[in-house]
Amino acid sequence: MTNTDIDYSRHLLGIEHLSREELYNYLDNATHFLEVSERDLKKVPALRGKTVVNLFLEPSTRTRTSFEIAGKRLSADTINMTASGSSVSKGETLLDTARTIAAMNPDVLVIRHRASGAAHFLASRLENTAVINAGDGMHEHPTQALLDLLTLRQHFKDRSGGIEGLRVAIVGDIRHSRVARSNIMAHLLLGNKVRLVGPSTLIPDLLVKENCFGEPLQVFYRLEEGIEGCDVIMLLRMQLERSAGGFIPSLEEYAREYCLTSKIVERYAGDAVVMHPGPINRGIEISGELADSPRSLIEKQVTSGVAVRMAVLFKLATASGEEKRE
Amino acid sequence: MTTAETKKVPADWKCVVDSDTISRCISRITYEILEKNRDIQNLAIVGIRTGGEFLGRRIKNRIKEIEGLEVPFGVVDITLYRDDLSHSSSQPELKGTDLRFSVSGSRIVLVDDVLYTGRTVRAALDAITDFGRPSCVELAVLCDRGHRELPIRPDYVGKNLPTERNEFVRVRLREMNYQDGVYLIRKKK
Repeated sequence: MTNTDIDYSRHLLGIEHLSREELYNYLDNATHFLEVSERDLKKVPALRGKTVVNLFLEPSTRTRTSFEIAGKRLSADTINMTASGSSVSKGETLLDTARTIAAMNPDVLVIRHRASGAAHFLASRLENTAVINAGDGMHEHPTQALLDLLTLRQHFKDRSGGIEGLRVAIVGDIRHSRVARSNIMAHLLLGNKVRLVGPSTLIPDLLVKENCFGEPLQVFYRLEEGIEGCDVIMLLRMQLERSAGGFIPSLEEYAREYCLTSKIVERYAGDAVVMHPGPINRGIEISGELADSPRSLIEKQVTSGVAVRMAVLFKLATASGEEKRE
Repeated sequence: MTTAETKKVPADWKCVVDSDTISRCISRITYEILEKNRDIQNLAIVGIRTGGEFLGRRIKNRIKEIEGLEVPFGVVDITLYRDDLSHSSSQPELKGTDLRFSVSGSRIVLVDDVLYTGRTVRAALDAITDFGRPSCVELAVLCDRGHRELPIRPDYVGKNLPTERNEFVRVRLREMNYQDGVYLIRKKK
């Protein structure tokens, strides 16, 4: 999948291609965009005259809305395209759709697609457009990892070391989760310890057999053992649309073993905060009372999402303008 | 005064305003502001990051010494309001805007270190008016080096510095761990 022609600094395709410095640069700028979102007048002229196309070929509400709000708060012209109601439903290929959009000369193309590698594919073929991966199949969802880190950074701002040196447990459907992949890479980049917790069928075999990340990445099959002593617990949604159902006997049985409740957190990780990329399934991966408790950062994650996407759009749209001028 | 070690500027920088003069400029500007704004009730000081932030804070502190009153103080980061964002070569880094007082109805003195083309001030005015409608905005600068490109003029000036366009003016302050000074540098060909 790696394409040597791609200039990774012009796009955001995955956490995989970011350095620590670039990651912190996004978080630093995003912190200031949080302030913009708290103003009465939530708009700055930074991207006036820039065009951002949100091409969402998979169902999504929060990510698409978040990118749309982010673009609008930066004064960019933001256009949304979804699969239904576009030529995609008439059988057009991804590349043809993208070429048609590229011919209209947008500065940024935000793409969500069910195929892993879709964003790379477009980045390698579109010349003047910065591509942002808003989730490609089971591969990466970099802005989700960045917004999770921003949320943690706000939460742990008085902790010495900030978001470094944390013990993070990621629980649930790791196999199908691009959120998990992006977060694993982000936390390992920061030198954090990452534990993957879930039924063995939902944890990729390769990670267990040939763990190329070594000691910082550990696998647990029991919820209680996995979260014990952790600072952060990230829960994942069971991705039934990616046939996760075939990997577990039933949702009820999964919930019996892995549904996180306040009681379990209290007992095994009393200081931990709980995160979830949404949409949450109450009673399956997280109990309703835990999702609504002070421990839960779920709503803050949504707020961080807009700020992080503003930071990403701001960086890539201003950089692509420079390219075009030359 | 500062605990960190004082940094030195490069030897080929020519000092055109020394630290004593800067102190006197700040004092004079403060008295001028107070003279013009007899009613300091609605007065607020806003510094433009980064140099203007430090100078603005000094003016605010001088007002405290003279009048015994705290006036509201804020800072603006103009990065998101620049008219050359698409043309700048380096990646813009945000430093943040912090205006915690009610901008509407206030009399704002905007502070910057160097006034040059006027484009920074234009951007700062846009940033401030996003927070409300001040009853008036005045401009105080440590140095006016000329070469305006917009119809903007300062209300309070520390020093007028005649310069060429191919020269740089740099202000170094003790808040940045330097000795206070304004320097003129010739651009290298």
